[in-house]
Amino acid sequence: MNPITRRKLISGGATAVAGVAGLAAAGRIAKRYGLIPPDGGGIYGPGETLTYACQRLLTVRTPAREFPRSMISKNPFANAVAPPNDAFKRLQASGFKDWRLVVDGTVAHPMSLSLADLKALGLRSQITEVACEEGWSYIAEWIGTPLSAVLREAGVLPGTSYVVYTSIEKGMWESIDIRDAGDPHTLLTMAMNEGDLPVPFGGPLRLRLPRQLGYKSLKYVNRITATDNIKKFGSGKGSVDPDYGYSWYAGI
Amino acid sequence: MRVTHWLTFVAFIALLVTGGLIVISHPRFYWGEVGNVNTKPLFVIPIPSSRSTVPTGYKYEMPDENGWSRALHFEAAWVAVLAGLVYGIYGLWSGHFRKDLIPARRDWNWPAYRDRIANYLRRAPPDGAEERSYNVLQRTAYLVVIFVLFPLMIWTGLAMSPSFTAAFPWTAALVGGRQSARTIHFFVSWFLLLFLFVHVAMVAFSGFRSRMRAMITGYRPDQEGE
Repeated sequence: MNPITRRKLISGGATAVAGVAGLAAAGRIAKRYGLIPPDGGGIYGPGETLTYACQRLLTVRTPAREFPRSMISKNPFANAVAPPNDAFKRLQASGFKDWRLVVDGTVAHPMSLSLADLKALGLRSQITEVACEEGWSYIAEWIGTPLSAVLREAGVLPGTSYVVYTSIEKGMWESIDIRDAGDPHTLLTMAMNEGDLPVPFGGPLRLRLPRQLGYKSLKYVNRITATDNIKKFGSGKGSVDPDYGYSWYAGI
Repeated sequence: MRVTHWLTFVAFIALLVTGGLIVISHPRFYWGEVGNVNTKPLFVIPIPSSRSTVPTGYKYEMPDENGWSRALHFEAAWVAVLAGLVYGIYGLWSGHFRKDLIPARRDWNWPAYRDRIANYLRRAPPDGAEERSYNVLQRTAYLVVIFVLFPLMIWTGLAMSPSFTAAFPWTAALVGGRQSARTIHFFVSWFLLLFLFVHVAMVAFSGFRSRMRAMITGYRPDQEGE
């Protein structure tokens, strides 16, 4: 058989020590450059961190894929949503004219914007794909105000690292890092294809994030909170998703 | 390097199981860029879904295991990719691919394959060369798995990633779109499973215990005392 020789033991030991030291150094560098996601702990933490870090290094500056008008899906699928709560129904009854988007947290000027106020900040249209974690997808034209325009108006304070966004649906909240928040494709969407954004698709206001899976494109958004400490929110893992076993970062 | 084999084995089993569980949430397949319950599928697996929004015709809903399945799928994918990277670099550097996997030039013809297949069908005992190294069928199978199926799996996996395709749109475009990538990913996983079955069956035929001992400890009878 193969006895373990002293040489093997020494070289194996040296490799292990080098490996541990290398990992520790990589961990420190990753932390310094913001490459560790809020849910980067636990047994799936290494996978989450590798994916997020690689995407941040490789693809963060590239815009979402846009498609020609001819590729817009004729029958987009809205997916199931929870029955609207009373607060939503009251706002819906008056045609969402009293819908407010609260902007707070680490901003110089906290604000409360109506849909008309939002539109006044500038509209943008883009034809992008919604890809669900289940596997299905569709393409639509989305029209809205870039989140970056709202953040510029509110004056994001230095040190802000994440932007939390919350739905009128109880318990539904998400966050993205400040780089994704500044992406022009990150869109506070008010219209889809030919008309207002239908309620089943997230109307009156959905945050569309085409570079991540559909569940990050939160429906019925009524609050945006800039923060320098994501750990303060919920269970500290960046969104409600990790509580259900899903990744905070859904760019894969 | 046997370590990379076993890491890949563990990762592959994890990928297979979690991949199956993820498919259950939408057991419909499409061709092109988009596809959903409102579009015509390429084909449908006739099983209940783990999501109520998929019309399967069954009243029963499978347990929904997508959360941890996805996390484990991607973590296992990292293990497989990193193990593959180490193996690939080692294989080039040590000449393993050249010496052990690329068939000898005299075997680059159909009769060589036909003879090997005939030997297998007759259950002929391996000849001297086969005792020491892989025959042309084994070499071809390993090369296809290592250089075609696994890379295709990684490619079509990445072609489903919204961030990755933002940076490299051609990865999706070249295979016909995001849904085509998903469909190819599904079929290639079946080819890999088929390889696993044949591979394990061959190990069993040629002496499960001695082969397992060789692959775990590196022990080879012809190198006794080395």
